[in-house]
Amino acid sequence: MSRSSAGAETDPAAAATELANAAVAGDRRALARLLTAVENRTPLAEAALRLLYPKAGRAHLVGVTGPPGSGKSTLVAALIARVREAGRSVAVIAVDPSSPITGGALLGDRVRMQAYAGDRDVFIRSMASRGHAGGLASTSGAAAAVLDAAGFDLIFIETVGTGQSEVEVAAAADTTVVLEAPEMGDEVQAIKAGLLEVADLVVVNKGDRPGAGRTASQLRAMLVAVPRVGASGASDRPRPKRPDVLITTAATGEGVAELLAALDAHRSAGREGRTPAARLARAEAQVWAILADRLRESLHDADRRALSQETLDAVADHRLDPYAAADRLLESIAKGPG
Amino acid sequence: MTDRPIKVLIAKPGLDGHDRGAKVLARGLRDEGFEVVYTGLRQTPEMVATAALQEDVDVVGLSILSGAHMTLLPKICRLLREQGLDDVLVTAGGIIPDDDIPALKEAGIAEVFGPGTTIAEVADYLRGHARARDRV
Repeated sequence: MSRSSAGAETDPAAAATELANAAVAGDRRALARLLTAVENRTPLAEAALRLLYPKAGRAHLVGVTGPPGSGKSTLVAALIARVREAGRSVAVIAVDPSSPITGGALLGDRVRMQAYAGDRDVFIRSMASRGHAGGLASTSGAAAAVLDAAGFDLIFIETVGTGQSEVEVAAAADTTVVLEAPEMGDEVQAIKAGLLEVADLVVVNKGDRPGAGRTASQLRAMLVAVPRVGASGASDRPRPKRPDVLITTAATGEGVAELLAALDAHRSAGREGRTPAARLARAEAQVWAILADRLRESLHDADRRALSQETLDAVADHRLDPYAAADRLLESIAKGPG
Repeated sequence: MTDRPIKVLIAKPGLDGHDRGAKVLARGLRDEGFEVVYTGLRQTPEMVATAALQEDVDVVGLSILSGAHMTLLPKICRLLREQGLDDVLVTAGGIIPDDDIPALKEAGIAEVFGPGTTIAEVADYLRGHARARDRV
């Protein structure tokens, strides 16, 4: 196998082209290495993403989120089996948390997904969150774009175990599935703002446990559309989604075919709209994230580092308010280098 | 960018009945700042090689207690090489007789860690021998 690492040192653009072309042509080793570059945010990764982005946009990106132990990995594994029966290819990005103390991580989602070793149309990649707090790694979206460009039909993005407010996956995916386990909370939990609001589908997993049916009916009762009496001109106000509630038992496969059918139905419904809202939200999230990175980098430019430091010192000493500080730095960036 | 975490696959090939030791090691390496992919019990050589390829790990650590190491470990090394993963550091631990170690090293196992090895020793070895992480 050719080793392009020597080229990477001299010319990232050429190495990026080589690696991106190989990944798109089906070279799984090249794909894996490209994902590493994306995770490490190297210049090669940026060059490759510029090439690959126009090729992405065909896959169905499905976010899977929910509390730790609710069965996300087991459910994804069960979905992989169904997707493969249908002859479609599938990739998984499985995110687990990095230690805020050591930077280390234990990535354990593959344990449930090891049955597909001989199948080249299944590609599973674990990612550590590396200090990012929204339930994903900061590079998960870019990794999904690479897998999309590499031609996978369906891409599951499995978040770290989430609580109530890690809603970032909704911007990264076309369809967001929120898992609940039976007896995890009462009706008040179901009407709190946050995770359940961004769900396109709510799944009560571990359906063989007592209380699954009751949990599902409580969720259904609480998540129904609230009638908008006399709401004139409010139709453009952002509204939380009104998800269907399904019951699965991922460990046995019960209800998984129905879930896949519901995912497909959500995907087709989204296609009928002109610009599906999820794709627009994703574009916004991606561009904002890059913009924020670029801003941060330009504040560390050699010619602006002194000004940045002086401004931060002034805020730290309460000589300057943080709003004026931000304005001053933005002005400096707008003036351009030098 | 050599300060990126080293990514390690910890796998248990073969039919061992428990994986407490492998889990303790996985957790210990996590605490040492490694990104550890853990794949669980009863892995075939093909599963280990596929996971190493897809995860693009720097190190494959194989834990084996069953006595099947002379069959399984060389096969894993061969599969890794066939997939172009010849720059991945492969180590083994568990119950492996000293007499078998030269043949395993010949087959591609870089180091064998026996009972009593501390996690700090393993971590130091991996930091010293894993491939450079600024390849791409």
